[in-house]
Amino acid sequence: MSSTRTTPGATPAGGPGTAAAPAPGGPAATPAVEVRGVVRRFGAVTALDGIDLVIERGELVSLIGPSGCGKSTLLRVVADLVEPTEGEVRVGGKSAHRARLDQDYGIAFQAAGLLEWRTVAGNVELPLQLHGVGRAARRERARELLDLVGLADFARHRPSQLSGGMQQRVAIARALAERPSLLLMDEPFGALDEMTRERLQAELLAVRAATGCTVVFVTHSVPEAVFLSDRVVVMSARPGRVAAVVPVRLGTAERDDAVRATPAFAASVVQVRAALRATEAPR
Amino acid sequence: MNGRWRRAGVVALTVVGLLAAWEGYKAVGPVDGASLGGVRLLPRADDRSMPHVGEVLGALARPEVDAPGSRTVGVAVLTGVLSTLRLALLGGVLGSAVGLALAVLMQRLRLLEAGLLPWVVLSQTVPIIAIAPLITGWGGAVRLGPWAWTPQASVVVIAAFLAFSPVAVGALRGLQSAAPAAVELFRSYAVPWRSQLLHLRLPAARPYLVPALRLAGAQAVVGAIVAEISTGTRGGIGRLVIEYAQQATSSPARVYAAILGAAALGLLVAGLVGLVGAREDRRAAAAVEVAA
Amino acid sequence: MRRARGSGALLLAPVVVALAFLAAWEALVRVGRVAPFVLPSPTAVLASLREVGAQVLAAAGATGLNALVGLVAGTALALLAASLAARVRVLREALVPLAAAAAAIPIVALAPVFATMYGATSELPRRLVVTLVVFVPVFVNALRGLLTVDPVHAELMRSYAASGWATTRWVRLPGALPFVFTGLRLAASAAVISAVVAEYFGGLQTGLGSRITSAAANSAYPRAWAYVVAACALGLLFYAAALALERAATPWRRAGTG
Ligand SMILES: Nc1ncnc2c1ncn2[C@@H]1O[C@H](COP(=O)(O)OP(=O)(O)O)[C@@H](O)[C@H]1O
Ligand SMILES: [Mg+2]
Repeated sequence: MSSTRTTPGATPAGGPGTAAAPAPGGPAATPAVEVRGVVRRFGAVTALDGIDLVIERGELVSLIGPSGCGKSTLLRVVADLVEPTEGEVRVGGKSAHRARLDQDYGIAFQAAGLLEWRTVAGNVELPLQLHGVGRAARRERARELLDLVGLADFARHRPSQLSGGMQQRVAIARALAERPSLLLMDEPFGALDEMTRERLQAELLAVRAATGCTVVFVTHSVPEAVFLSDRVVVMSARPGRVAAVVPVRLGTAERDDAVRATPAFAASVVQVRAALRATEAPR
Repeated sequence: MNGRWRRAGVVALTVVGLLAAWEGYKAVGPVDGASLGGVRLLPRADDRSMPHVGEVLGALARPEVDAPGSRTVGVAVLTGVLSTLRLALLGGVLGSAVGLALAVLMQRLRLLEAGLLPWVVLSQTVPIIAIAPLITGWGGAVRLGPWAWTPQASVVVIAAFLAFSPVAVGALRGLQSAAPAAVELFRSYAVPWRSQLLHLRLPAARPYLVPALRLAGAQAVVGAIVAEISTGTRGGIGRLVIEYAQQATSSPARVYAAILGAAALGLLVAGLVGLVGAREDRRAAAAVEVAA
Repeated sequence: MRRARGSGALLLAPVVVALAFLAAWEALVRVGRVAPFVLPSPTAVLASLREVGAQVLAAAGATGLNALVGLVAGTALALLAASLAARVRVLREALVPLAAAAAAIPIVALAPVFATMYGATSELPRRLVVTLVVFVPVFVNALRGLLTVDPVHAELMRSYAASGWATTRWVRLPGALPFVFTGLRLAASAAVISAVVAEYFGGLQTGLGSRITSAAANSAYPRAWAYVVAACALGLLFYAAALALERAATPWRRAGTG
């Protein structure tokens, strides 16, 4: 149980909320996400089997594993979109349910899931509008966010006029709209080409550096997981379990494309691959 | 299974409820209806306008005319339904066959598609059926060799025309729905167009054909009934509706019996098309299982 | 260049087909291969259309009004029923099979009994027929639209802790609009067709349908065809209006990648 609670090696110590001296039990010390003994069954299928995972504030953690191993289910359990059959999930010290009602997280899926009848800006404004933010404030925030993801010129376009990568950026801007302290992403770049993917990875890191939010990131891609993460959680299928947790240490320097060529990066990729292989070993 | 019984029960209850509402209105509704500003808004509730449900069922068993040996209304309605069924099926099959053939040609010849498809589509938005009274005049006037135009032929032609356009449009869409990658694959095999049609395009069109045929079936029934009425073709259920409607003063329940027959005819044809559709659904389900 | 000419030919094709068809028709009648009472020539129909233009317009107005009233009433009822059925399962289980059955049966055959129920001097029987005919496609499509919610959208709204009403307002209703308009487009043509056909079952002699039958009964075939032409024009008008409404109400569906 405690084996998965690794002290995050590469977490920037200066992230907001972690700057203060950790007071035991105080809000600053509460982890961003605590998953304890979570089991989830769908009929006869055990999608998650005894998951324990603690994610500290400001950390970026990737979930990786063969398809069907329960990555999406785990993310949805944290988001309170799926209820655990057993076990407990706490988000920022609250129950996952409370955290959802309080809008403590933003979420993005593999499908951008934009509302095609709204403009790009209208889509980014959607969560704000739903939660009663005034028109002017909404406009302003949407403008900021579209600036952030480089789509300022497309505010009045319809989603159908955008490429897949642009739509995904709108979805990310929408997930960030309410300045969530936790960002949940389920293979958000899964359907994109390699170039777009790498650009968006860099953008995600920039956003995270600017906001200091915690990120839980589901992916299929080992290099993507390594490039983005402080820790990579490797899961095994049938039943879904945490097989290994690989800390990634790429030095304290900012991650840019040059990192991908370093020996440290290659070493982490090898390590994650080995952990993934081990999950496939015949039992 | 349980859900199916439950749904059947709900439908049965709904039908009973509608009949009860009918009788209920008869019990409390104003005999001469209710008017507002000279326009009658509530229907008359007298026995002539709205006969009792039992009355309608009873009418089926009564003889058609007051003479010994007369057939019952029920037999007359059944005979009418079968007669119209024959014409509607003939027209429906004919129209569907022509529609399918035209779809194949339009798929093959781009220019033909460009020239004809807009008109076929538009023909669905205009009352083609309106010409029914006009081809009555063809009886006796048109002959092809030994065969002279009969009123039945008018009915079949109208039914066929109404069935034709949904099949042509649906089949063309289906033939064109073959995946571009699969079309390229067939091109790479350098097989004749016939093989592509048989092994790729027609199978791709099957799921599109079922809803098209369902529509064609319903259209053929409406077409046949309206054509019978406006051409004065005797023997069919459409004509019977009109004849019995004219007897509404003496035996008001009869026209309802005829309408029940017309509804049964529509459901019968839909059921026949549904048999084809059910086979298609089973194929689709099997295909999904294989793919999974 | 070749491409441009090719697409020009494709655009011209329907016009060429129509002209060729009319020319062949005209020629057949002129050379006497087809008797005028079997098929009057297009020019004869046109002449008759000019001659009785005012009556044609009046008849088209009467039929058009019946179709319009029935279309509006049927659409309103269908939308109401669909929104209730989308919420209440029992209602859905009761109405969906009935609508499927209604789609298969010849609803116009009800015209004579409506005429006895309301009196043959009223336009109401025909409007009721149109209402019922319109109800079926609008109800079926609207219900399908209301029940179809993109799972990603549903999950997104849940993540926003949005209320059921907010989900309906922002996701379910806009998502259902294209379906509703598909139903309305079908219903608009069906309204005109059933309004014309309902007149074949007797009743007031005001509209296009009754004029077609009476002209045919008097062997005034060119005049009858003139009314048929008007009926087709009315059908196209309704269809075009539904299409225009659809485009205005769902502008995002035109905004494809240009
Ligand atoms: N809503 C659901 N109903 C039934 N089974 C589900 C549902 N969601 C997920 N599963 C099953 O749970 C397992 C894990 O699924 P998922 O979390 O989507 O895996 P991953 O995202 O890692 O590919 C799979 O076997 C999947 O079929
Ligand atoms: Mg997944």
